[in-house]
Amino acid sequence: MPTDDAVERERQGAGTPGTDVTKDGLRGVRPDREAVTGVTTGRPRGGRGRRRRGGETPQVPDATFTSYYAEPVINKPVWEAPDIPGYLFLGGLAGAASLLGAGAQRTGRRRLERSSKVGAVAAGFLSLVGLVHDLGRPQRFLNMLRVFKVTSPMSVGSWLLAGYIPVAGAAAASAVTGRAPRAGAAATVAAATLGPAVASYTAALISDTAVPAWHDGYREMPFVFVGSGATAAGGLGLLTAPVAETGPARALALAGTALELATFERMERRLGMVGEVYSQGRGGAYVRAGTLLSVAGVVGAVLGRRSRVASAVCGAAMLAASAATRWGVFHAGMQSADDPKYTVVPQRQRLEQGEPATGTSTTTRTPAATTAPSEAAEA
Amino acid sequence: MAPVDVTIGRRPDLTGALLGDTDPAAQGGWTDHPPRMGFFTDTSVCIGCKACEVACKEWNAIPEDGLVFTGMSMDNTQGLGADTWRHVAFVEQRKPLAVQDPGVLHEGVDVLALAPQGSGTSPDEAGTTPTTPGDPGDLRWLMASDVCKHCTHAACLDVCPTGSLFRTEFGTVVVQEDICNGCGYCIPACPYGVIDQRKDDGRAWKCTLCYDRLTVGQEPACAKNCPTDSIQFGPLDELRERAGARLASLHDGGVTDARLYGRDPHDGVGGDGAFFLLLDEPEVYGLPPDPVVTTRDLPAMWRRVGAAAATLVGAAVAAFVAGRRI
Repeated sequence: MPTDDAVERERQGAGTPGTDVTKDGLRGVRPDREAVTGVTTGRPRGGRGRRRRGGETPQVPDATFTSYYAEPVINKPVWEAPDIPGYLFLGGLAGAASLLGAGAQRTGRRRLERSSKVGAVAAGFLSLVGLVHDLGRPQRFLNMLRVFKVTSPMSVGSWLLAGYIPVAGAAAASAVTGRAPRAGAAATVAAATLGPAVASYTAALISDTAVPAWHDGYREMPFVFVGSGATAAGGLGLLTAPVAETGPARALALAGTALELATFERMERRLGMVGEVYSQGRGGAYVRAGTLLSVAGVVGAVLGRRSRVASAVCGAAMLAASAATRWGVFHAGMQSADDPKYTVVPQRQRLEQGEPATGTSTTTRTPAATTAPSEAAEA
Repeated sequence: MAPVDVTIGRRPDLTGALLGDTDPAAQGGWTDHPPRMGFFTDTSVCIGCKACEVACKEWNAIPEDGLVFTGMSMDNTQGLGADTWRHVAFVEQRKPLAVQDPGVLHEGVDVLALAPQGSGTSPDEAGTTPTTPGDPGDLRWLMASDVCKHCTHAACLDVCPTGSLFRTEFGTVVVQEDICNGCGYCIPACPYGVIDQRKDDGRAWKCTLCYDRLTVGQEPACAKNCPTDSIQFGPLDELRERAGARLASLHDGGVTDARLYGRDPHDGVGGDGAFFLLLDEPEVYGLPPDPVVTTRDLPAMWRRVGAAAATLVGAAVAAFVAGRRI
């Protein structure tokens, strides 16, 4: 009633116009704004995207698992696109292109040799640039070479790139200028030896994390990555070399695409529920684009193998396919890190099947179990 | 505890380097080191006061971590990160375990007489605690102070490419901020979501278990400030024993939901240096139910990488053999 409101305002004074507290209780109470606790109310607002700064989130977002206000269990990688997916793509391209360049040199395909070697060193260098640019403190990049740790694929990779880029550069310089052919040949062999490692170590790098879609895919990921790298290197050869020399590039792209698609399919199937991120959202879109582009590129390259233009277009499609696959893997991993479901459900399933990862559950339920280890230690 | 002389040996013993029960400080190369120190966080006596969060921020001079209202019970801190090294979780459940009404009137209580007892009633003497069995109420409120687990097999440390993360003589895991180049690898490596990057700074930060205080014989700030001794600091052996006894007494008292989390040295991370007594499943508190150090699978990963690299060489050779005909 207006008069009561006026009286109330008078009583409270001009300084507190906004208060709802009266002697008779709260004004304007809406029963439905009262927080409900521990009750399923559906998925959090804003869907599958960021929800860290969300509003009211339900305690239990899904009937099959529990989480803490749908907050992710692990911290999402701070790695960013295009730096890191670009780093993955370019490393694969460089490593496989070094093999193609060495083979082209051996079989006397001069144009293919030159473009593969130049492409290899350029991609290797840009891969390193991507890695350095993504650092929180890029000026401290050289701290990567403070230690060598086999437990850190990034340490192994930094040393690999530090060795690979100079030899790939020497091989390319010799191929382009025609000078120092013996040193160039030695550098070519060195680059072709390190190349396969450069093309594959990034799979261990992303798998060696707690990101479910990356870690759980560690069995197939290296094959997906070398397949994708071979597709890219083949694509580069098709794009840059005349049709008389592109036979091996086409064959390499064909083999790479077959390997990539087969192992990717196997990985998705083996991952089960976690594998769904590779077909959903942004990650899924990139993966699908990669599949389409690589299949189209390979089919087009085989059918149009006598046409320079068709070969070049298909080569570009293969490069794009390889990049799309890496972007897809990158974003799928991010999606799996963002949703506690992918962390909690597989771990919970392991426990419920009585098969914790190391045979021992991290949770001790019975007091008796806690005495055994200390007694063993005393004995 | 007095500062201890320590020396670094040349060849760390690598037995059990990736799995199982081990002495992490010895593996880190410390030949003569103090006992492994850690936290036992008994969430059954946590009152959610957040003194640990505040003490940690103050002592370690951690910047503000976002002034937001989350709607997540009393938790506006949200989770561990670069600027949050202690995080108090608040879980509201319609899963009654104990009534929150102490069931006594306080008119007759002489507060002045109680004062000499100290800042809190010891759990044994308290009329009711969150775990006191009783008639079911409508609501159970769980609180738990989360922190870096200082794993026996720490993935963050394993994957750090600069050696910025290291194992201290106390068996804890600490970031050297003058070396970290912000590569961010430790962040997704942690199975608990502890370490994170400070955006305006670029480097990774996390709990140091107050390494500075430990070296001069002081206990960490959070444990020092915990008014209910929910956070207990000490040699890990002793804490594990104490936790076992606490679990037994809770089970005897009928609180069969009580469980220890991260105490077992044979779990996926070789046991936590900071472990917990929980009253519900770990995931209810935002903890992973079966965490595994990712580097456990690294030998298998490297083997796969080797096989894939060989496959690539084979594919390239085959391409040139086939390429003659195409």
